Amino acid sequence: MIIEGKIIKIAGPVIVADGMRGTQMYEMVRVGDQKLIGEIIELEGDTATIQVYEETAGIEPGQVVESTGGPLSVELGPGVMGSIFDGIQRPLELIKKESGDFIARGVDAPSISKEKKWTFKPVAKVGDKVKGGDVLGEVQETSAVLQKILVPPTIEGELTQLVSEGEYTVLEDIAKVKTANGEESIQMLQKWPVRKGRPYTEKLDPNIPLVTGQRAQDTFFSVAKGGAAAIPGPFGSGKTVTQQQLAKWADADIVIYIGCGERGNEMTEVLSEFPFLDDPKTGNPIMDRTVLIANTSNMPVAAREACVYTGITIAEYYRDQGYDVALMADSTSRWAEAMREISGRLEEMPGEEGYPAYLASRLAQFYERAGRVDTIGTDPKVASITVVGAVSPPGGDLSEPVTQNTLRICKVFWALDASLADRRHFPSIDWLQSYSLYVDSIQAWWQENVASDWRAVRDEAMVLLQKEAELQEIVQLVGPDALPEIDQATLETTRMLREDFLQQNAFDDVDTYCAPAKQYKMLQTILLFQKDAIAAINRGVPIQKIVALPVKEDIAKMKYVPEDEFEAKIDQIQADITKQCSEA
Amino acid sequence: MNTNIKTREYTTVSEVSGPLMVVEGVDGVGYNEIVDIETPNGEKRSGQVLEVTKDVAVIQVFEGTSDLNTKNTKTRFTGETAKIGVSRDMMGRIFNGIGKPIDGGPEIIPDEELDINGAPMNPASREFPEEFIQTGISTIDGMNTLVRGQKLPIFSGSGMPHNDLAAQIARQARVLGDDTEFAVIFAAMGITHEEANFFMRDFERTGALEKVTVFMNLADDPAIERILTPKMALTTAEYFAFTLGMQVLVILTDMTNYCEALREISAARDEVPGRRGYPGYMYTDLANIYERAGRIAGKEGSITQMPILVMPQDDITHPIPDLTGYITEGQIVLGRELYRKGIYPPVDVLPSLSRLMSGGIGEEKTRKDHSGVSDQLYSAYAEGRELRDLVAVVGEEALTERDQKFLEFAQAFEDRFITQAKDEDRTIFETLDLGWDLLKILPRTELKRLKDEFIEEFLERSGVNVE
Repeated sequence: MIIEGKIIKIAGPVIVADGMRGTQMYEMVRVGDQKLIGEIIELEGDTATIQVYEETAGIEPGQVVESTGGPLSVELGPGVMGSIFDGIQRPLELIKKESGDFIARGVDAPSISKEKKWTFKPVAKVGDKVKGGDVLGEVQETSAVLQKILVPPTIEGELTQLVSEGEYTVLEDIAKVKTANGEESIQMLQKWPVRKGRPYTEKLDPNIPLVTGQRAQDTFFSVAKGGAAAIPGPFGSGKTVTQQQLAKWADADIVIYIGCGERGNEMTEVLSEFPFLDDPKTGNPIMDRTVLIANTSNMPVAAREACVYTGITIAEYYRDQGYDVALMADSTSRWAEAMREISGRLEEMPGEEGYPAYLASRLAQFYERAGRVDTIGTDPKVASITVVGAVSPPGGDLSEPVTQNTLRICKVFWALDASLADRRHFPSIDWLQSYSLYVDSIQAWWQENVASDWRAVRDEAMVLLQKEAELQEIVQLVGPDALPEIDQATLETTRMLREDFLQQNAFDDVDTYCAPAKQYKMLQTILLFQKDAIAAINRGVPIQKIVALPVKEDIAKMKYVPEDEFEAKIDQIQADITKQCSEA
Repeated sequence: MNTNIKTREYTTVSEVSGPLMVVEGVDGVGYNEIVDIETPNGEKRSGQVLEVTKDVAVIQVFEGTSDLNTKNTKTRFTGETAKIGVSRDMMGRIFNGIGKPIDGGPEIIPDEELDINGAPMNPASREFPEEFIQTGISTIDGMNTLVRGQKLPIFSGSGMPHNDLAAQIARQARVLGDDTEFAVIFAAMGITHEEANFFMRDFERTGALEKVTVFMNLADDPAIERILTPKMALTTAEYFAFTLGMQVLVILTDMTNYCEALREISAARDEVPGRRGYPGYMYTDLANIYERAGRIAGKEGSITQMPILVMPQDDITHPIPDLTGYITEGQIVLGRELYRKGIYPPVDVLPSLSRLMSGGIGEEKTRKDHSGVSDQLYSAYAEGRELRDLVAVVGEEALTERDQKFLEFAQAFEDRFITQAKDEDRTIFETLDLGWDLLKILPRTELKRLKDEFIEEFLERSGVNVE
């Protein structure tokens, strides 16, 4: 039943309408003569407060608000992958066709094409007992993604009909299931409300690292598949590049990239770059396994509030098919600010720094939708959603509410530091402040797949870096020459750790991705230098000679050695270190 | 819609407070609609609807609320959101903060009437900015490169020569090997007569005036008008760039005054304040200004923005520079310490950044060694600056020979690379060669950011203009 109300108040993106009794919280509505998309966020008696996802200029009291009968939902099915959506899942390319280079109001663009035919291959058989999450068939959605068409979570019963292999649109019936409440027909297209998490059977412990090819993250502060990581950083600290590197290189099957309140040009960079990037493993374009959600900072604020939900719902849909999904949200601060802005328009009692009191619970709800799970279905699959949320603390002050509430939930913290960025130390991850609580649980993976002494090597390097911080304090007071030679040699090593290991050039063809085995070898080489240099000093070799060793230059350049030449080169460098140190 | 209702006049003003006025008993009033106001003594003003509840409209009055009363002030709702009539003839003209000509010239006959709020550019329509703009200033071209379609603000402090720098950039900026029509749009918000005169004289002296369109809201004009000024300027810029195909540089000064006006209105409306009393929606509001820069795929023109803002107490964490920095693609920061040393332009390269630099430099755009030289200069100067602090504690003698070289480099970098005359227009090649020349001070093994092939090719022959 459609309920029609009348607008009584307009203040920016928030409007109030009368005569709305019978509508539901979070129901989607159409507002005014232009039929702008909105969502009910407060009900009181006959009136409903509505946040509008488009610019409200020109809307007048007295115009009509129409209910749609359902909550704000996303459309899921073949055609989602590789798309670029705005915050409420309208494809930007389609909007461009409809309204030109600037986004007009009230554009109605279907999220996925209803006309396109997809080749559906049935997997299940008529007569099977099926329940939510069971695979009915498959569609090769893009070169990289085989989409599994699942029984919707709410349906359970006997499969009475299933189409044969052939071409179907997303709206055609592909199956019929006899349920307790009668026969239900199933299409490839499913709708799911964005604010409600899709169900799973059980959450599992995350114990496999998400390999990103970024040395600082993988070796020292690894995030596990199904984990949540926060990247807080002041502007200019390289947060966006760090996020984009993850989107490009992380070993997830699917990447969802949410540009929430982002710069338009930066989004364009992503949009123009991703289609031409190849997946290092499969050679397919990265775009074939990516969904981009672009809600730039000048697009309506309410859609910014919705865009993270749109993103994570799409992520859950692919998780349910058994895939490892990585979701990047840049930046969750913009999302929190959108909440604050709308809360302010609602004249709610503000909490800390003007943010609404429900900020913490909203953040927690969002991050809790990450996780490694057994999916639903007769034959559960292990799949995961890893969430990496960027936080933009105002003035770089980490004590502000969004950062603090995020840190209470996330187990990985990559602290980006402006002073490192000033020195062009990229990625500017502060090794002393950052942490990962997954190191213990993912240790087994590294031991099995890379090297048995991985943990020891990693910890030794970490200890050296901490030692450096102590030594630097002394140097600040008395100058470097006053240190014992052993400590001076240690500073040489830690400089290598910082400059030759932690620093990674995202714009260099080779250095942009560093495989785990190479990471391990590089670290091992630097520690070998430490060991041999200390031994040499103990034999009485002066520090000046150690500092002047030609092999240092080779160590500095090892990150630029391509993967296929690396094995041979690294053996040579290690031999040189031992040779030069013993001959010095 | 009922148009005869729309043009009806009301004299039902119930409240006047600060920049706001409340009108009761209205019908069919739209959000953001423009209002014509006639004061009791016949003066005409304009305003905009900020909020409508049933039959009550809250209006912000642009030219100030003095002389308004609740008895016989007339308000007429126009039924239209704020618009500006644009035309090619606007070039070379001077307008006030709300788009009326103040140079004594004729009224503009508009080619088109455009909504000043604009519409968000579709990210899928944008083209990524990557055409190098040479400003002739080494610290910008060499290390914080500006590209067409970028928004790159200047963060300054009170008393520093940001105006000189902005004028120099407006004068010298050009794209190598391109002669598309170039235009400057200059929007002044709350600047003093003196500052305004400085810019006008500079534009006149260099013959640039005919290419400049000026929107001028001075310090003694109503603060509320400032809310419209950048939107007027950017709507004109969009017309010049995307309809007429020009390359437009928009200078907005001073954004701090704009934000103050925003705060004033917010306070008058009793809104819940955000940080330091600025409204919670300031990020969105600023984004709607700054994001109106860029290029569109398949179109000739571009909008490059250079907003100037004076950081209160030189504090970069203040909400205005902070939110700006999160939207713009980098920032040019002027340093108080450099300024005190008498260095012009006092661009502190360490906190400065151009996020779009990597796309605009390199082979065929500037020179293949550009990125390496920039990184190397940067890290060497950063190291030199750190060592200065150390010297203050332990004395220069306690430093190693290597460290002394870095100290020497930092000094030379400030004296020769940062420093340049107000009319000195260095080509990018001069800038890069100068950089190489300075890097000679350092031991070669310390040039870690530079590839060997570049060191061999450029280090020895620097000082020579290559290409």
